[in-house]
Amino acid sequence: MNSQRYEVDVAVIGGGVIGCAIARELSRYDLRVCLLERTEDVCSGTSKANSAIIHAGYDAASGSLMAKMNVEGNRMMDRLAADLDIPFRRNGSMVLCFSEEDMPGLQELYVRGVTNGVPGLRIISGDEARQMEPNLTDAVAAALYAPTGGIVCPFNMTVALAENACENGVEFRFLTEVTEIQKYGEGYELTVREAEVSETGADRTITARFVVNAAGVYADRFHNMVSRRRISITPRRGTYCLLDREAGGHVDRTIFQLPGKYGKGVLVTPTIHGNLLIGPTAADIGDKEGTYTTAEELAEVTAKSARGVKDIPYRQVITSFAGLRAHEAGHEFILGEPEDAPGFFDAAGIESPGLSSAPAIGVYLAQMIARKAGASMKEHFIATRKGIPHVAAMDRESRAALIAKRPDYGTIVCRCENVSEGEIADSIRRPLGARSLDGIKRRVRQGMGRCQAGFCTPRTMEILSRETGIPMEKICKNQPGSEMITGGV
Amino acid sequence: MRHHDIVIVGGGPAGLAAAVAAKKAGITDILILERDNVLGGILNQCIHNGFGLHTFKEELTGPEYAARYIARVEEEQIPYCLNTIVADITRDRQVTYINREEGLVTIRAGAVILAMGCRERPRGALNTPGYRPAGIYSAGTAQRLMNIEGYLVGKEAVILGSGDIGLIMARRMTLEGAKVKAVAEIMPYSGGLKRNIVQCLDDYGIPLKLSHTVVNIHGKDRLTGVTIAEVDANRNPIPGTEEYYSCDTLLLSVGLIPENELSKGAGISLNRVTSGPNVNDRLETEAEGIYACGNVLHVHDLVDFVSQEAALAGQNAAEYVMGQNAAQAAGHTIPLVAADGVRYTVPQFLETAGMRDSVTVRFRVADVYKDRYISVYYDDKRISRTKKKVLAPGEMEQVVLTKKSLTEYPQTERITIRTEVE
Repeated sequence: MNSQRYEVDVAVIGGGVIGCAIARELSRYDLRVCLLERTEDVCSGTSKANSAIIHAGYDAASGSLMAKMNVEGNRMMDRLAADLDIPFRRNGSMVLCFSEEDMPGLQELYVRGVTNGVPGLRIISGDEARQMEPNLTDAVAAALYAPTGGIVCPFNMTVALAENACENGVEFRFLTEVTEIQKYGEGYELTVREAEVSETGADRTITARFVVNAAGVYADRFHNMVSRRRISITPRRGTYCLLDREAGGHVDRTIFQLPGKYGKGVLVTPTIHGNLLIGPTAADIGDKEGTYTTAEELAEVTAKSARGVKDIPYRQVITSFAGLRAHEAGHEFILGEPEDAPGFFDAAGIESPGLSSAPAIGVYLAQMIARKAGASMKEHFIATRKGIPHVAAMDRESRAALIAKRPDYGTIVCRCENVSEGEIADSIRRPLGARSLDGIKRRVRQGMGRCQAGFCTPRTMEILSRETGIPMEKICKNQPGSEMITGGV
Repeated sequence: MRHHDIVIVGGGPAGLAAAVAAKKAGITDILILERDNVLGGILNQCIHNGFGLHTFKEELTGPEYAARYIARVEEEQIPYCLNTIVADITRDRQVTYINREEGLVTIRAGAVILAMGCRERPRGALNTPGYRPAGIYSAGTAQRLMNIEGYLVGKEAVILGSGDIGLIMARRMTLEGAKVKAVAEIMPYSGGLKRNIVQCLDDYGIPLKLSHTVVNIHGKDRLTGVTIAEVDANRNPIPGTEEYYSCDTLLLSVGLIPENELSKGAGISLNRVTSGPNVNDRLETEAEGIYACGNVLHVHDLVDFVSQEAALAGQNAAEYVMGQNAAQAAGHTIPLVAADGVRYTVPQFLETAGMRDSVTVRFRVADVYKDRYISVYYDDKRISRTKKKVLAPGEMEQVVLTKKSLTEYPQTERITIRTEVE
């Protein structure tokens, strides 16, 4: 291939978990890869607001890409978590069934799971389920138990994939929004608007032999720029409540409800960081930025969760949030080239189980692209990455040793989550370091706890300003426009 | 393992007063552990006046009030560590702390005084619907950004909750040129002091909307506005009463929560109403030799009472270390019961053996009451009552029990504090 005609071999649109997983897999090959992200950081769309679980894989229709990617992605997680230092645990999951008449549905799920290749599935009685999870209600008649279900930190999973991709040569461009895509030779020319220089009004172009469309709820927009076989992504909003760590042990496994005569339920799950998460609702909306919560949906979360799990301490809710699933009408992942747009690779319609499938989707698309590009594997691919040390989770000796070496690991800034100044500084200093308060929060959990950043906000702003040189007035919660203060007193 | 006679967790008003009192009572081996980079705690950001009327008989600002206690700590050469966070306290009084100089250190304490203060309830706890933009601050965070760091958090604000910090911040932001459009309070009465409503809202023409709350938050990046609605008697929004307020800042002053993570870690159970430890009249928690005072015990309105309470804790801890604690002597434990409009009492127990000549019992009422009595009963016998023109949840009340009166009723099994109409 005469790749010299193009600035990059592959341009990946979107820095969510899918874009980062694909970029990381592409970085195994001798390819010049560039990832374009509209916001200031990776993991700032759907990837940051979801159930944070690795599904076992019994849910998707057998033979579908969803089923294949889910089961394969799940299987890959142990290795990936070990290689990239991603917080992950196989806590197992249960699907609750509340009546005899719903039993065929549970049976069907079991059969589908077995067909999909999910290991270890078992249908258990209500009593056995309650024995395993004492806080299940008496209404539970039976459950499908999947030992391979897991919980993960979606933020650090995305960041880890991105950092590793970066280390292997992928170029990340933030605050860079793709506004147009046109055919350019055998490849494409992308017009981009860079938020930081937008005042000059100068739009830039990037030429790429291949394009990956991992734009989440916006994937239809880019797909439809190059293909006449149109797709339409509907944002399907899911609202969640997150409870204090004190409530984190309320259940140990991820508890789903079997869709039945009471409609689709909500899940109750511990998070990998020890909180309790309940949700999501499902509301199709028109607004691709509609990540707001409503009183009705918040009430629905609590009402539905109580059906399967009793005594949830709702008074311990510390925050609520909404994320948007990128729902495509066919309810199937769209992976690969549209017939009329060779060289343009979709990763579209990635709704649940998207997070679980991300590792497999990364491999699937990267292999497809590498084959087409005739690219060979790099000789010195760096397969591992270490995360930022978390002092609160360390044993005494390691912690003391670290503080001796790096005294700023001895100054606790976020007292709820026990996050030190060293962790915050490192989250900023690393390649693809945080540039906003939310970016720091996602990487090291500063402000994630029960006071919700009441105490640590001023100090964290100061550290961010000191480390980056961004003046305090320009420190943002996330992207530009979300400035924290309006000036000096 | 290093030993200190008294370890005080927190160098705010409670910790400082406890330290000074413990020193005065004869203990020299004291260590104060403070997480911030200066002593004084929350007082440092409370640059308004009104502090010290009881303690010093004059009106001081928060930093001035703190400075007087800090000066005494310095004069007495009481050691303290700054930028030091306590990671763990055990029931047998081993205290583990962390700082950049010493790393991770575990020490043994003759007595521990819990003085960690409180934190603000965040937005998340309210489950307020809407977006999650920048520009939503708890009032104390905004106060710190303005008064310590020197930054203006916004230009047009709405304040949810009429706690004292919210009221103080309404005035503070106004003085800095911001427009405070309204203070919404979900209850039919304010949770703040009457004097703050007059001096911080009325004097500046800021409307206090009682029985109102924020029902929607607008703006994806920075806050652009909030919707406020009236609520019914069950605190549910009344449809049709919604009003939109454009603003770039929402301050929350919706309650304070004692910071008792360390107490819980030590296995000390907390009172359901105060969220602080249950204590006896010596302010000793159910863990022997561990005392609590100030906002970690129950949230106060006035720092003067924090200082009083903490001084008592300091003195009692000192006596405990010196072996003068009479609790082992013959006597019995009498529970204090809050009833009929009294929400809680501190202390929750009285130990007759070690009782001082008088014990101050502090409490709050559940609602606004007019022309009621506050009565004290020893079992079924009313032994005192005081008429009050107004009682409000935002104002802490107190009664004093005397040892003399209790010796007249030695068989008392229960002391009840209640409000009475007649």
